[in-house]
Amino acid sequence: MPTQGAQHRDHQIVPYGVYFKVWGALMLLTIVTVSVSYVNMKNVKVFTASLIAAVKGSLVVLYFMHIRFEQRIYAVMILVVLITYAIFIGLTFVDYWYR
Amino acid sequence: MSSQPAALCMPWPNYLAAKPGILSWLTTTDHKRIGVLYLVSMMPLFLVAASFAVMFRLELFSPGQQFLTNDQYNRLLTVHGVVMIFLFIIPGIPAVFGNFFLPILIGAEDVAFPRINLTSWYCYVAGAILALVSVAVGPPDTGWTFYVPYSVQTHPNVLLPMSAAFILGWSSILTGLNFVTTVHRLRAKEMGWFEMPLFIWALYATGWVQIVATPVVGITLVMVLLERYLGIPIFDPARGGDPILYQHMFWIYSHPAVYIMVLPAMGVVSEIIPTFSRKRIFGYKYIAFSSIAIASIGSLVWGHHMFTSGMSDFARIVFSFLTFFVAVPSAVKVFNWLATMYKGSIYLAPPMVWTLMFIFLFSIGGLTGLINASLSLDVHLHDTSWIVSHFHFTMFGGTGVIFFAALHYWWPKMFGRMYNHRVAHVAAVLFFCGFLTTYIPLFIAGAAGMPRRYADYLPEYTIYHRISTIGSWFLFASLLLMLGNLIHALFKGKPAPTDPWGGATLEWRTATPPPTLNFSGRPDLTRGPYEYPEQVYNG
Amino acid sequence: MGNAGAATTHDTHSHGVGHYDPAAGKIGMWLFLFTEVLLFGTLFIAFAVYLQKYRFDFREASGHLDKLIGATNTGILLTSSLTMALAIAVLERSRKRLSLMLSAITILCAVAFLVIKSFEWRAKFEHDIYPKSATMLQKPVGEQMFYGLYFTMTGLHALHVIIGAVVIVFAMVLVRTGRTNAERITFLQNTGLYWHLVDLVWIFLFPLFYLIG
Repeated sequence: MPTQGAQHRDHQIVPYGVYFKVWGALMLLTIVTVSVSYVNMKNVKVFTASLIAAVKGSLVVLYFMHIRFEQRIYAVMILVVLITYAIFIGLTFVDYWYR
Repeated sequence: MSSQPAALCMPWPNYLAAKPGILSWLTTTDHKRIGVLYLVSMMPLFLVAASFAVMFRLELFSPGQQFLTNDQYNRLLTVHGVVMIFLFIIPGIPAVFGNFFLPILIGAEDVAFPRINLTSWYCYVAGAILALVSVAVGPPDTGWTFYVPYSVQTHPNVLLPMSAAFILGWSSILTGLNFVTTVHRLRAKEMGWFEMPLFIWALYATGWVQIVATPVVGITLVMVLLERYLGIPIFDPARGGDPILYQHMFWIYSHPAVYIMVLPAMGVVSEIIPTFSRKRIFGYKYIAFSSIAIASIGSLVWGHHMFTSGMSDFARIVFSFLTFFVAVPSAVKVFNWLATMYKGSIYLAPPMVWTLMFIFLFSIGGLTGLINASLSLDVHLHDTSWIVSHFHFTMFGGTGVIFFAALHYWWPKMFGRMYNHRVAHVAAVLFFCGFLTTYIPLFIAGAAGMPRRYADYLPEYTIYHRISTIGSWFLFASLLLMLGNLIHALFKGKPAPTDPWGGATLEWRTATPPPTLNFSGRPDLTRGPYEYPEQVYNG
Repeated sequence: MGNAGAATTHDTHSHGVGHYDPAAGKIGMWLFLFTEVLLFGTLFIAFAVYLQKYRFDFREASGHLDKLIGATNTGILLTSSLTMALAIAVLERSRKRLSLMLSAITILCAVAFLVIKSFEWRAKFEHDIYPKSATMLQKPVGEQMFYGLYFTMTGLHALHVIIGAVVIVFAMVLVRTGRTNAERITFLQNTGLYWHLVDLVWIFLFPLFYLIG
């Protein structure tokens, strides 16, 4: 639970280098995902693209949005929302896959 | 007995009298005033929508046209649905009583974001104005569900009502966001999660549903508008779209929406029953977690509105199966409430009478819900008046009744005046009789095949419609009597004491009406929310 | 009757009205971001459903989007996320001017993104590709759905880029006047969160629209 009291800084100061490294990883992954898309892979294309996007997205959430350094409650909330969203897609596809 | 407005006779400074003048109300950030603003704007809309129902029930008195064309009938029922759902039942208890009492019940001075709170009310007002304008320029005839392709093609304007729904969605989101943050951050230091009143648990769970589900319908309505006005194909089957996708997206919100409606009501019940049984609530943690469970499981079951839409068989089976589970946490609550009453000292003040009615009516609603959950039965019952009756038992006999119960429970605290109990009892009994007379025939007619949203019907259904229509007159009369009694109390009612019911939650331990910052000094947290003192108000 | 619990001590630890509570602001902001996730998420559901239905047409249409332009825009937004995160990081160390410069660069990136996107859209319009155009109506229905979702989703995203840029300008004003500073940094942090969300949406939009061809 978030602590109450007079603290105004609620996470440790993150060194600049972390941001640059994450940015580098993101740019690299972008190059990877574009290169991979030139390979003719048919059905796996969407899956691979989504997977790489998910990794990139996780980096943004964990580091740029600080979840890696925040109190646990934020990560819990994010997970709850993502699981709910996954259920929305999942159950929708229970319809479409079995038409 | 003073005939001056309540505020000026009460302990000073209370929130009503603190800053006078309309402008101070329209720019207030006091959560109590905002709750009252919602109440004052909501009740006329409720009565208008109710009168529309009386009108189209009148049309249904006999087969054939009485005084409404089919088109007028369709429009009346659409507006009845849109106003009742988006402007009364969904905002209802959270916007009025959640706003007024959430901070008080957790020992806080206000919500986390008071200005956003005011913004949510302005969104409500904007949505209401758009809805009313849409009625004036030519109301929609699609039903409140705005199904495609009809909503894309139909002549009457849908931009206005859909925009209204969109803005009202924002009001709901902002309220939910505010409440969730408030519960996390503004609880008094001594009040842990399991020392909160159960109404707070209910509002918390509801807030999450408001945040997560509402955007889905918001963007879905936008997509319909894009298709209608810009020709962007999304649901149009001629251009590759799937109308069932609209239904999926619509119900992904609109089913959880019914839990936005009912969870806060159940929270209120969990406050009223212990108070009027003079007994600690039975199974606090089970009731708390059941609110979370209802919110969660309730997000898995939307397909049960689509059993006859053309979904895959497998999906229909899955949704039917999942839907049965959502009844379990609701049942847990009902059993815990009954266990609370068992061997309690029951005091049948008006709030308790309304609440007992709720348990009866909502149980019927919930049990008929299980019948609807059975795929095989629902194929027969879908789009009949059985369904209409089912959701009126749950939404009206459920949430609506508790809205009235909450009015009677908290009216003395909010306005410092006590209403006439005898008149309140008469109104409640009249409501109960009117309600059953109105809606039980619709169950029978629906099971016998009477379709919903039809302006006309075969002669064999006449007797059901006649009884139902006559019931609607008593129902409407009871509403007028009940509201009239409450309003009368504002001017002629006896000044109410701080704690007329012997309640144990924090609102009864501050002045009546409460001061602007809710408490003078620190709130008294030496007792838990369900530890009752000896005294009982003898009226 | 009368006031219960009428002690007169004031609770200095309560996070009541007017007390600065960064955690409340952050929780509120994340809750708002969740609504944006579900908003775009619903559109992605529509995309996924029609992708599954019209696999071939989607791949065809995707092939007509310029990967390099999309990748460039991706790079621009990722960089803008970096500068935004740094703008906050340097303000935490009280380097106000550097923070303002980094925020300004973020806005420049946003503008660049929008300019490139507008060229992209214009190119499409010039080839008679827009909703309900003659060319569009003759395309296979799957491709029509693709383009419909393309304009809707990238359009909605662009709207959020504009809103984000405006909010960053607002944040810059607060930083400049000192109302937002190292001790009270919540507004800038929340602005950053919003901006990162805008970036996140594009991280998923880009491959699904541009790279499946």
